[in-house]
Amino acid sequence: MKGWPEEIYGVLKAANVRQVGYVPDAGHKRLIELCLADRQMRAVVLSTEEEGVGLAAGAWLGGVRSALLMQSSGVGNCINHLGTVRECRFPLLMLVTMRGQKGEFNPWQVAMGQATPTVLQAMGVVVQEANTAAEIAPAVDEAARLAFGSYQAVAVLISQAVIGIKSFQDQASR
Amino acid sequence: MKTTLHRREVAEVLLSERKDLLVVAGLGSTAWDITAAGDSPLSFPLWGAMGNAAMIGLGLALAQPKRRVLVITGDGEMLMGMGSLATIGVQKPKNLSVVVIDNERYGETGMQRTHTAAGVDLAAVAKACGFLTTKRVSARSQLAALRTAIHRTPGPLFAQVKVVAEKIPLVLPPRDGGLLKARFRKALLGEGADLD
Repeated sequence: MKGWPEEIYGVLKAANVRQVGYVPDAGHKRLIELCLADRQMRAVVLSTEEEGVGLAAGAWLGGVRSALLMQSSGVGNCINHLGTVRECRFPLLMLVTMRGQKGEFNPWQVAMGQATPTVLQAMGVVVQEANTAAEIAPAVDEAARLAFGSYQAVAVLISQAVIGIKSFQDQASR
Repeated sequence: MKTTLHRREVAEVLLSERKDLLVVAGLGSTAWDITAAGDSPLSFPLWGAMGNAAMIGLGLALAQPKRRVLVITGDGEMLMGMGSLATIGVQKPKNLSVVVIDNERYGETGMQRTHTAAGVDLAAVAKACGFLTTKRVSARSQLAALRTAIHRTPGPLFAQVKVVAEKIPLVLPPRDGGLLKARFRKALLGEGADLD
């Protein structure tokens, strides 16, 4: 049985996404591996998330569809560049794994995680929340159609309930 | 560094005989410079996105591997996106050049000194990040060779062009982002660019 990262990968392939910018993230680990292994895709590791907004804009100028993977803390890094996306009406497909939600152990993740939908919406990004594994692939499919068909910036927020809660105590006790 | 170069002559020489070169210009002075050299639908002058010009160039270069892509930007803009030099160094696109017009000043905000005025060496950063070719240019006699390299040398290429700090008249490109995007895609991809 395919997991949700494999399903997202299938949706990206079907949508003809050929560039994928990412900042390494535990929630997107499997999807990043699938993209890196695909010779028809160019997976671009970023030093900070806002680079990926520029990458996506450049790809679209060159006629190529892209996706941008990050965790919720990275959304904050992107804010000013989302203004460029809006002004130019660049399509943008963001897949965001959430931190700072129910059960979060690291208090430093909470402020940005809780503010993520509000911040994105303030910059004109359409937000689609996926709260179960089964909801993710359909949400990404709809988001891709909205982004590339209607030239919108769209973010799919993948709930921490799906990804799981990072347990620092478990890791520390190992 | 001593220089006698003026930024507008740099843009004029680098963009002469540009053929099918794709150009992204950082916001502010370099956007005015490329417009003074002659506006083109295959130029994408930024009015914002400070720090992201090189990344827009990377996305474009990866999308269009058969075309040469030139990012021309200022030292302040490049400093804000210095991590993108590392990101480009990992991808090593053969068709991408990044040229920094370095007047050691923030030209749009009152000519305050940038980090490069204090000796921060962007060409050395680019070299350390894995750019295959890095150049430092401070004389008119070096510009023709740089232009040739932009069209022919396997990239990624980085050039730091030291220019005189001067306030000169603005030459403004269109500022509607949607228009700039649409004209670029139409010129590059054809009339059907947005029909699929």
